[in-house]
Amino acid sequence: MDFKMAWRNIWRNPRRTLITVSTIAFSCLLLVFIMSFQFGGYETMINTSVKIHSGHLQLQAKDFKEKRNIRMVVEDPQILGKMLDEISGVKSYTYRSEGFSIISSDQRSFAGSVIGIDPEKEAEVSNLKSIIRQGSYLSSDDFNQALVGEHLANKLKVGLGDEIVILGQGRDGSIAAGVVTVQGIFNSGLDEFDRSTVHIRRADFEEIFTMGGAVHKVVITVKALGEVSRIKEMIAKATENMVWKRSLVVLDWKELMPGLSQSIQMDLAGAVIFYLILILVVAFSILNTFLMAIFERTKEFGVLMALGVTPGRLTRLLLIESMSITIIGIAVGICVGSLLSWFFQVHGIDISGSSELLTEYGISGRVYTRLSLLSALSGPGVMLIITFAAALYPALKVRSLTPVKALSHG
Amino acid sequence: MEFQLAWRNIWRNPRRTLVIMCAVIIGVWSMIFLGAVMQGMAVDMVNNSIATLTGNVQIHHKNYQSDPVVENSITGIGSLASTLNQHLPPGAKWASRVRVNVIAQNARHTNGVTLVGIEPLKEAEISFIGQALIDGRYLEPGDRHGIIVGEALLEQYETKLGHKLILTSQDTDQEMVSRAFRIVGTFRAQMQETEKQFVFVSLGAAQKMLKLNDRVSEVSIVLADHRNSAKVSENLKKILSGTSFEVKTWKELLPVLMAYLQIFNGFVFVWYLVVFVAMGSGIVNTMLMAIFERMREFGLVKALGMKSSRIVKEVLIESFLLLLIGTLVGNLLGILCILAFSQNGIDLTVFAAGAEYIGISRVVYPALRAGDLIIANVVVFVLGLLISLYPALKAAKFTPVEALGHT
Repeated sequence: MDFKMAWRNIWRNPRRTLITVSTIAFSCLLLVFIMSFQFGGYETMINTSVKIHSGHLQLQAKDFKEKRNIRMVVEDPQILGKMLDEISGVKSYTYRSEGFSIISSDQRSFAGSVIGIDPEKEAEVSNLKSIIRQGSYLSSDDFNQALVGEHLANKLKVGLGDEIVILGQGRDGSIAAGVVTVQGIFNSGLDEFDRSTVHIRRADFEEIFTMGGAVHKVVITVKALGEVSRIKEMIAKATENMVWKRSLVVLDWKELMPGLSQSIQMDLAGAVIFYLILILVVAFSILNTFLMAIFERTKEFGVLMALGVTPGRLTRLLLIESMSITIIGIAVGICVGSLLSWFFQVHGIDISGSSELLTEYGISGRVYTRLSLLSALSGPGVMLIITFAAALYPALKVRSLTPVKALSHG
Repeated sequence: MEFQLAWRNIWRNPRRTLVIMCAVIIGVWSMIFLGAVMQGMAVDMVNNSIATLTGNVQIHHKNYQSDPVVENSITGIGSLASTLNQHLPPGAKWASRVRVNVIAQNARHTNGVTLVGIEPLKEAEISFIGQALIDGRYLEPGDRHGIIVGEALLEQYETKLGHKLILTSQDTDQEMVSRAFRIVGTFRAQMQETEKQFVFVSLGAAQKMLKLNDRVSEVSIVLADHRNSAKVSENLKKILSGTSFEVKTWKELLPVLMAYLQIFNGFVFVWYLVVFVAMGSGIVNTMLMAIFERMREFGLVKALGMKSSRIVKEVLIESFLLLLIGTLVGNLLGILCILAFSQNGIDLTVFAAGAEYIGISRVVYPALRAGDLIIANVVVFVLGLLISLYPALKAAKFTPVEALGHT
């Protein structure tokens, strides 16, 4: 009964109801879409950055990340590999070694990192193979061949087939020197990476830097971004049992790229403030519609009360009215917003117009929105709570009416 | 007369008027305050970039930008100096530098850094290094062995003041040269990255090490008013045309930053519109409510011979007053908030690494731009009056018979 009455009351003034519903719907749509866009952007950024180099998780010697000292190694990586094979959710992993070197051509010398990789496994973990712009990727039987970043190749003035000299310090403190031939030139879109790295086979690295079978990093990718923390814990537990592995640490992408992770948090914190203000403005905008419900119909409430309707029931009636309006608006907003987000999740949004900026931040070309329960429901959910609070004021106000006063109301 | 009438009309239902004013006030406040915070971040990014060895205008050898090596350095600094002294506007300051990538080494660590050879006194006036020293001493002109490094680099290399750092690079003859410097001072920059990347020696020491004689990599110019950058750069281009010099403004030197600023501005404007839509629909609903209540009244005045256009005007004045009070208070609150934060800024230390990632300092000061203030108010007023036309026209359309028959 109450519902029927509330429903009819809402449509006594269809224009007003429609304007209110569309305000709420529009704001919800906006919230759902912007949040999906935001989350999609973050995921693209994370996955792109993760694929270029860092992986989702890494096993390293303690302090290697800060000090990059060639002596801080992971011994016997194969044992760790066997352990990783048994953890579900791990997509792939590879071993890497890296050493700081002076990299020279016959004309120029620059400082940079030489990275030793296992070509086949590396291709499963990072996108190095797919970003080769000239020449070809390494294969495991190539000997002393190298992949060079495009900017570095330009600075060194070398092309395919040219020789470069690597000069650094080996693990045992000896001088590490080697000559390699440029087999491929890559461009990852991250200038810093393209300016300062050379990739060679790990077998060659082993020899040049006298690594004695050790590596610097075990780089791991997982099947789903959301599972990173679970897998990280499992790996940490598994390595803890190996008493002699105490000096190892497991790092996730947030620790490997603290800037990326924190800039996402900061962006999110800023966005939440924007959303709250928007919702507040909407709440004040529609509060008047709710308020009107009592001022316009004071006489009517007087009659109802005289007929024996309790104030509690009136409050309920009014709340049902305002909440129906809100819920219709929110439902429409969620539906349209989700459809819109879903559409762009499938088709992507072309943002290549500002590509120069975006490559700097690891996004290239297209951003896909990411519709999730969180993005579809959190904004509208807060909206529901705040509008409920706004509706409460007039609904409680009505209780102070007495039939006599209400009926004599102009 | 009309204003008085409108003024009395809006206060016939003070609660309703106050509620809708709150919506306008919060909306306008958020536009002004958050707009200023965003602008503060943008200004901060620009200032950081300019102070971090960019300057407003730079002069290089024409091949330096694509290939920043010692071979592509500027010769004839003497004649360039007299040109600059003659043609730069008053208040402009400039200094020349050697800037080259080198390998820095001590007993424990080796890494790539950027060596900057500076004229200590002139440099202090144009870039951050003048105020950044936290320990030890600053460089003296012609300092032969002194080097200033960042605090973060000191930690990274596990070294301290008075210890040695060996720099290795290629000189102009393509030979590898190494030279030992003694750390005489440490600096602290807005960003750790800056502290790790740059090490400073005197111009003379850098030129000697790299066999540059009197050649330099770049001349950086800081103007009294950075808005003149384009004009000054055009002027210098004309004077220096036909030489091997290339003149660039900071906007040309930092394209990524410029793209980011554009996105920033676009975002602020979209934000204005979104907030406006939320509050606009509230305004329309409130005004509709107000005129439907007064239907009989409108019918009566019309029957007495009031023209429709006058009714439209009357209703528009009412919403104008609503908007006026709302924006006034909103502006006031916004500006008060900006003033409140202008002393100590907004602390982003929790997000230090994130702030650094996008190139802003750990503390951001809101910066109010007159343009933003005007746009926010114009958006609210113009669009607000525009949508108020709907209820206003509605009110004007009531015919006396229909309106007077309404109860």
